[in-house]
Amino acid sequence: MSASAVAPIRAQPPAFLDILRVTLAKDMRLEWRSKDAINSMLFFALLVVVIFSFSFDLTAEESRRIAGGLVWVALLFAAVVALNQTWARELRNQALDAYRVSPAPAESLFLAKAIGNFLFVIILEALMTPLFVVFYNLRSVGPAYQLAIASILGTWALVVNGTFFAAMSIRTRSREVMLPLLLFPISIPALLAMVAGTTAILTGDNSPYLPLVFLAVYDIVFTIIGYLLFDTVLHAE
Amino acid sequence: MKSTFSILALITLALLSYGLYQAIIVAPREMTMGDAQRIFYYHVPSAWTAFLCFFANLVASIWYLASGDSKADAVALTTAEVGVVFCTVVLVTGPIWAKPIWGIWWTWDARLTSTLVLWLIYVSYLLLRRYSTAGQNPMLASVLAVFGAVDVAFVYMAIRWFRTQHPQPVIGGGQGSGIDPRMMHALLINWCGFLALAFLVIWLRYRLERLRQQVEEAHAMKAIAGAKGASR
Repeated sequence: MSASAVAPIRAQPPAFLDILRVTLAKDMRLEWRSKDAINSMLFFALLVVVIFSFSFDLTAEESRRIAGGLVWVALLFAAVVALNQTWARELRNQALDAYRVSPAPAESLFLAKAIGNFLFVIILEALMTPLFVVFYNLRSVGPAYQLAIASILGTWALVVNGTFFAAMSIRTRSREVMLPLLLFPISIPALLAMVAGTTAILTGDNSPYLPLVFLAVYDIVFTIIGYLLFDTVLHAE
Repeated sequence: MKSTFSILALITLALLSYGLYQAIIVAPREMTMGDAQRIFYYHVPSAWTAFLCFFANLVASIWYLASGDSKADAVALTTAEVGVVFCTVVLVTGPIWAKPIWGIWWTWDARLTSTLVLWLIYVSYLLLRRYSTAGQNPMLASVLAVFGAVDVAFVYMAIRWFRTQHPQPVIGGGQGSGIDPRMMHALLINWCGFLALAFLVIWLRYRLERLRQQVEEAHAMKAIAGAKGASR
């Protein structure tokens, strides 16, 4: 008999990518069936758009200059609605506690949740774009494909920090209230870059290159910090 | 302990009153700005002190993340609190000076905006500490401090695209910089006074926080002992 046959079976910690894939698939399936996050975000964003267009009576030229700001503020507010549900969903049946005691790597859970939120917000943006075009008479002067790049980079900047701080605020006494209080100050530089980039593309006045590079760097840096510190937040006692 | 405190308090008082005398009477009147410039002797030392507090908070937070030492946490909390107070002084004295000199209260330039965002981040830091359940908050707060420190660098870079209106650094700022030695003297005396005051408050607050931690630990130990006794 070889030695390997009697060697004790060692419990393998679940593989990083498997956990990521399973969690993401589970969240997508949940969302597909309930449509909780998308519906609440969509209606919320719609309300913000309508209220903005009532508050500012704009010509097409004016709206091109400030639409970048309006779009991102509406998305930021709407994203908070979905981000709050990310972890609240895991509190039912103590799923989050079960995850905490399992040997599964916490980072894969974080990335799965961030990617899930990213997809939700991207879908929201795809649905909201026609609304913005209609309500604000928008027409991009710069190349429109750059708007897609700006929205991908900007959305990731919002959701990667948002997912992280939602995990943090879920541990506090006043859960839902705490998330925007933590997220908004940290998101200010990203918001500046998103608005600068989007406005540059819409008006075609100057190059959106610098804001987009800035956003990409912001995304990379905060993804790394969130990735490194998530385990600490999940297991904070 | 008590006598050290009284001595330190006396030194602080002496430094602050000497600093006031220097700033109001001895330092020469600025040529173009006039007496409005004298707020500089309070604005700049407060800013330096606030940044030093926030830097100490970051170091203590990283120290806490690495070691879990509750002393590091007490340092982080107290430096954040005092830092927010000094930062508030900076944000209030700045516009008071800016209105007569620039003609506006506020402008979104790199240094003003970074300071404001820093202040916002640390207010959210204090809120987080206030609203989280007792056991978790040091860990969560130190994580937030790390995020905040990285974020401020991004804020500064983000605003650099626009033209900056804040006066260029007058000390060690290259050619044409430099101020009258008497002005420098008043500035440094005031900074010493502010540092001593900050240290005094941080020290007091630190001792209070340590006591609170010890009381909490004692309660926890008592509860554990009680639970053990009951299970027997």
